[in-house]
Amino acid sequence: MSEHVAADVAIVGGGTAGCSTALHLRWRGATVVLLERGQCGGQASGVNYGGVRQQGRDLAELPLARRSREMWGRLAAIVGSDCEFVASGHVKLARCAADMAELEAYREAVRPYGLELELLGRNDLRTRYPYLGEAALGGSLCAEDGAANPRLVAPGFARAARAAGADIREHAPVTTIEHDGTRFRLRTAGGVEVSAATLVNVAGAWGHEIAARFGENVPEDVTAPNMCVSEPVPYFMVPNFGVCGGGFYVRQIARGNVIFGGGRGIAERERRRAYPVAATSLDASRQTIALVPRLRHAQIIRTWTGIEGVMPDDIPVIGPSRTTPGLVHAFGFSGHGFQLGPAMGAVLSELILDGATPTPIAAFDIGRFASWKR
Amino acid sequence: MMDDRAPVVIGAGPAGCRAAVTLAAAGLAPIVLDEAPASGGQIYRRAPAGFTRPYRALYGFDAARARRLHTAFDGIQGSIDYRPDTLVWDLRRGALHCLSGGRSREVAYRDVILAPGARDRIIPFPGWTLPGIYTLGGAQIALKYQGCAIGSRIVFMGTGPLLYLVAYQYAKAGGGVAAVLDTTPFAAKRRAVPGLLSGGSTFAKGLWYVAALRARGIPVANGIRPVAAEGKDAAVAAFLYRDAAGTQRRLACDALAFGFGLSSETQLADLAEVPFAFDAVQQQFLPERDLAGRTPVRGVYLAGDGGGIAGADAAELAGERAALALLEDRGHEVGKPRLAALERALRQRAGFRAALEAAFPFPAELAAGMPDETILCRCEGVTAGEFRRAARALDADEINRAKAFSRCGMGRCQGRVCGPAAAVVLAAALDLPPERMGRLRGQPPIKPIPMAVAGTHE
Repeated sequence: MSEHVAADVAIVGGGTAGCSTALHLRWRGATVVLLERGQCGGQASGVNYGGVRQQGRDLAELPLARRSREMWGRLAAIVGSDCEFVASGHVKLARCAADMAELEAYREAVRPYGLELELLGRNDLRTRYPYLGEAALGGSLCAEDGAANPRLVAPGFARAARAAGADIREHAPVTTIEHDGTRFRLRTAGGVEVSAATLVNVAGAWGHEIAARFGENVPEDVTAPNMCVSEPVPYFMVPNFGVCGGGFYVRQIARGNVIFGGGRGIAERERRRAYPVAATSLDASRQTIALVPRLRHAQIIRTWTGIEGVMPDDIPVIGPSRTTPGLVHAFGFSGHGFQLGPAMGAVLSELILDGATPTPIAAFDIGRFASWKR
Repeated sequence: MMDDRAPVVIGAGPAGCRAAVTLAAAGLAPIVLDEAPASGGQIYRRAPAGFTRPYRALYGFDAARARRLHTAFDGIQGSIDYRPDTLVWDLRRGALHCLSGGRSREVAYRDVILAPGARDRIIPFPGWTLPGIYTLGGAQIALKYQGCAIGSRIVFMGTGPLLYLVAYQYAKAGGGVAAVLDTTPFAAKRRAVPGLLSGGSTFAKGLWYVAALRARGIPVANGIRPVAAEGKDAAVAAFLYRDAAGTQRRLACDALAFGFGLSSETQLADLAEVPFAFDAVQQQFLPERDLAGRTPVRGVYLAGDGGGIAGADAAELAGERAALALLEDRGHEVGKPRLAALERALRQRAGFRAALEAAFPFPAELAAGMPDETILCRCEGVTAGEFRRAARALDADEINRAKAFSRCGMGRCQGRVCGPAAAVVLAAALDLPPERMGRLRGQPPIKPIPMAVAGTHE
């Protein structure tokens, strides 16, 4: 027998953005059903590197990232756990003069957004982080950036949303989505029929599929960041390090494990499986040792990856549908959505309930792909 | 010709050796990758170079079998590519990665026979991480490989055939065996006798070990329940347990060896994308394979304890059968009478195995009732209580989610040690059957590898 559920808002996708949206909507009294194909936080929200980083982002993302950072700082009050968030600092390293010039220019560019970056010369770097090898010539420190445990964040938002009255359904893949002129009608593989006035598409790497059902074709590709973790070694490395040009990153957690990554694994979007690549893991390992030589005696205990949706301009799709009133998109975070997750709930709930948000999101409009044909 | 591509055999225990010998006999030159420095596996592990103990002293009743296997494998050394001291740490769709001498090499394969064997299955109890406490298999390796005893007053505790075998080996070697404490009630063993008789000499050996232990005046108790190990000066000093009547007892000791049967090493089959199913007899998720060792993944074969615990004799049969399956699949002529004989023998072994599992059932209730303060995951220092709280309070309804929330199984061993018991603890905490808990997903590397390894491709 099928079950019928009616709500103000139906959310498809149980990543951090979806779960945070459910929570924010409940705070304001809207009724919410969230449908997640697997488990909340089971895809990109849960298997990423865990960087909570503003530095290095596209300038268009900074207002969102600033808003999210404020929420990260009070996560314990929001979801009942800090999800191991620590503002340990993020240092972007320069390995040549051109890198250093890039860091200087970026620091000037982000000032209007209220983001303070401290440039570090070679001597500063050696004094503060004596464990760094010769490869790094300088860097830029964002003291308020840091890291959190990605395995805890989306499930934390899901629990908080559920406690606030949201109807969160895991293992509930959506098989059909329609708009009957007034309401969205969704059906799950388990036979649940959901009807809602508003539909939120936060389906990550699969967000383009939902958009396409409403005549909005967008070029969402996938990537699979290849990541590794070492056995615990004595804690010595506080900040989260990245490099100019991206593609390589390393941090240590207080319990001692060193988490690092770079390069790509294999993403199989249709099968919802992703695989780390051995040669890529070994390359990342070599880069890590070059940057932090004392890690040459550590051992790798696990490698992993996950599927991330990527847009051609490396910024997400966020905002109302251009074809269907009541449909709101937020997907394609292009490998750097983890930090933005909490604020997405605030922004999307405002879009839904107020029709607008004070956070600038015009750059993410799905209309930028209007001329793209699949 | 495609047919000439060297098949790969992973593991050089009874299954792997027999598979390699069978392939070599058919004119193929398999690549044999094994973690150990010499062939033989755990059961027929060879002593280090320069040790001169005779086969009879090393392998007891199994001396003739050990010699046959070693001789057969040594006999094909000119015609195969044997690489000892080699850890296969990743494997996926036609390429595997192996670590040897600080270097990682990629080896392309078309056909691979996985014969990775098994490891001790443990159930943690309070104090189990104290120095001086070993698994039964670990205690046996110390004796067999190095000629060392783990202590001078040793308690052997747990269940399974290995319990009596290792205790006997220590007693015979002159090591002080304080007691053999079996968690299985005597009645369960008695009930299993009809089925065990099908095991012939294996069953007889088991009875003989028990008799030999008693003859030496070593206390043997059935139906005990572990309570805790106590330490003094940072090493184990006593073992507390309840006897079958429920009376708590304390036994002074300077070492303890324990284990509750074996778990199949299934990580490589997992990376090879072989589907898994829950095995009710062994209470473990096992890779699917048919009697011949074929898995649903083309070119991937399983042999020996890595595909389900069946013991060394069955592993030899399965190794040969899997190699013949590979040869059949490559279009070689394979003698049908031999196939039939192997499969008949394997079926009979499976029947005996079921009886053995009935005689020494995995005491799931011990894991389920583990006190909260027990360290469940020793790599990450997660207690059973912390794990239960993570499962209940955070809605972790399967083992991977419970791992993500609690860190249990996230450390150096990646859950190979704590995983079996953790699944039972979780199932009991949620009041669900263990097969509903799923299994820890395998991720490379299957064992830790140094960050400083150099990589090359073949």
